[in-house]
Amino acid sequence: MKPRPPAGRRLLDLIVKGWAVMSALLGIGALIWILSGVIGRGIGAINLDFFTQLPTPPGMAGGGLANALLGTIAITVAATLLSVPVGLLSGIYLAEFGQESRVADQSRFAANVLMGMPSIIVGVFAYTLVVLPLGHFSGYAGAVALAILMIPVITRTTEDMLRLVPNTLRESALALGAPRWKVTLSVVFRAAKSGLITGILLAVARVSGETAPLLFTALNSPYWFSSLSGPTPNLTVTIFNYAMSPYDDWQRLAWGASLVITLGVLGFTLLARFVLRTRE
Amino acid sequence: MKPFPHFNNIMNPCNLAQTIREEDHVAEDSLNSKASAEAFPSEVLLKSLGIPAKLSVRHLNFYYGDKQALFDNNLDIAEHHVTAIIGPSGCGKSTHLRVYNRIYELYRDQRAEGEVWLDHVNVLDPKQDVMELRKKIGMIFQKPTPFPMSVFDNVAYGLKMHYSLSKSELAGRVEEALKRAALWDEVKDVLHRPGTALSGGQQQRLCIARTIVVEPELLLMDEPCSAIDPIGTAKIEELINELKAEYTIVIVTHNMQQAARVSDFTAFFYVGRVVEFGATPQIFTNPANKQTERYITGRFG
Repeated sequence: MKPRPPAGRRLLDLIVKGWAVMSALLGIGALIWILSGVIGRGIGAINLDFFTQLPTPPGMAGGGLANALLGTIAITVAATLLSVPVGLLSGIYLAEFGQESRVADQSRFAANVLMGMPSIIVGVFAYTLVVLPLGHFSGYAGAVALAILMIPVITRTTEDMLRLVPNTLRESALALGAPRWKVTLSVVFRAAKSGLITGILLAVARVSGETAPLLFTALNSPYWFSSLSGPTPNLTVTIFNYAMSPYDDWQRLAWGASLVITLGVLGFTLLARFVLRTRE
Repeated sequence: MKPFPHFNNIMNPCNLAQTIREEDHVAEDSLNSKASAEAFPSEVLLKSLGIPAKLSVRHLNFYYGDKQALFDNNLDIAEHHVTAIIGPSGCGKSTHLRVYNRIYELYRDQRAEGEVWLDHVNVLDPKQDVMELRKKIGMIFQKPTPFPMSVFDNVAYGLKMHYSLSKSELAGRVEEALKRAALWDEVKDVLHRPGTALSGGQQQRLCIARTIVVEPELLLMDEPCSAIDPIGTAKIEELINELKAEYTIVIVTHNMQQAARVSDFTAFFYVGRVVEFGATPQIFTNPANKQTERYITGRFG
């Protein structure tokens, strides 16, 4: 038998390796490009006024986005409060009680579909659900839309994290005569704590940069944030509006808002990684 | 510890007939429709020795989904004695044990049929409250499973669940349980450190402390030493010897020396059946069943 020369295989190996490295660099490159652009153009807009002042009419110097910042935080907090109980409990159901039953399988499938749902459609759904019956835009509607986006993320991470907890731990607690809910809350949850927090943080990071679901729901407002019951100022819709305006001041503010929201999401993601790393 | 005055009796060849092979009874069992009329080897032996049975298994079948794993198991567990369950891997030893406290119910596809009588109450009766049952029947698992909490809270977990105690009473009970589990001296200064920080052998003794603190009547041990080094194993065996004065113990083990060292009675399982039951010295020196003999002498398993 004549051995095949290795040159061809070496070349193929080189091509595949090169391709993989190129792809990785492309992804990282895009991230660096976006980050440097946002930081480079946004940093100029960041000053004390940005965090303390209302936006000014076009042409007037100064002004900030304090109202939108507050509004975004309020909407996100409300969405988190709405979605965490539902998400955690459905995750518990899937991992602990439903397991492989048909209802659980279908719920899991539904959660996966919901996770891939375009956010603008969720926005329209919240519009029909909350805005139409109430007759006006509101921060609550925005929170509902964001919560719907968060629920499947929290559900699936909760289920995954609970399933990582070995069954022997559940058995030991059950064998002591503990009821199932107590086993879940006092033993299984404790063992999965950092994973659950990570899931919630990632869900927050996922929705805090969303614009589309807020367009039909929270809308936006140039005034101080006072409650979630009316149109609520928020950063992402502000970016959308200001970036398309012809005014330099507004465009500058939009860059500043982009920087703040990007750093916020980055912060949450890093926090999630940190929590997961300090698991032990 | 209870003395065991009947050993000589059993070792006497004249009485060997007392260890009756299950197989001999299969035909007879099917003829007798009434359970009371049947005689089971373990029942006959315990009766002849005058030892009450703490738990009696009757016609137990067990299924994993469609697959049957236990076939018509009949076994009596002697009160205040140690009963060892031995047999090759996959013969149903653990499966059998896991029926006693209905822990298998955690899994949707597992199902048991038959009767398990604990002091004249059928454990498998759907009306039986499992939480009450599991307070009476403690279980130690193959791998030590400390809860993700402090050493103290690990032991206090079951205690707080079943009793309402003042802080000082709680601390006293926890200390007592740790002492009985021969762990107190090693952990008294680290009570508030996580239980997972202990060594494997210490973790297993912590699990024993956690189980005995709620004062169960029956203690099930599912290969409690298989994940533990020889020194830890020696300590746990010593503990089993001390505990049998107060508790009835059933231990599943694939270590035959261990079964010989710690147990008073031995049941040999093979492919889901109780093949032989007898006093431990008899099983290990003079088994009645060919399969038992082959297993004991290390020819398979």
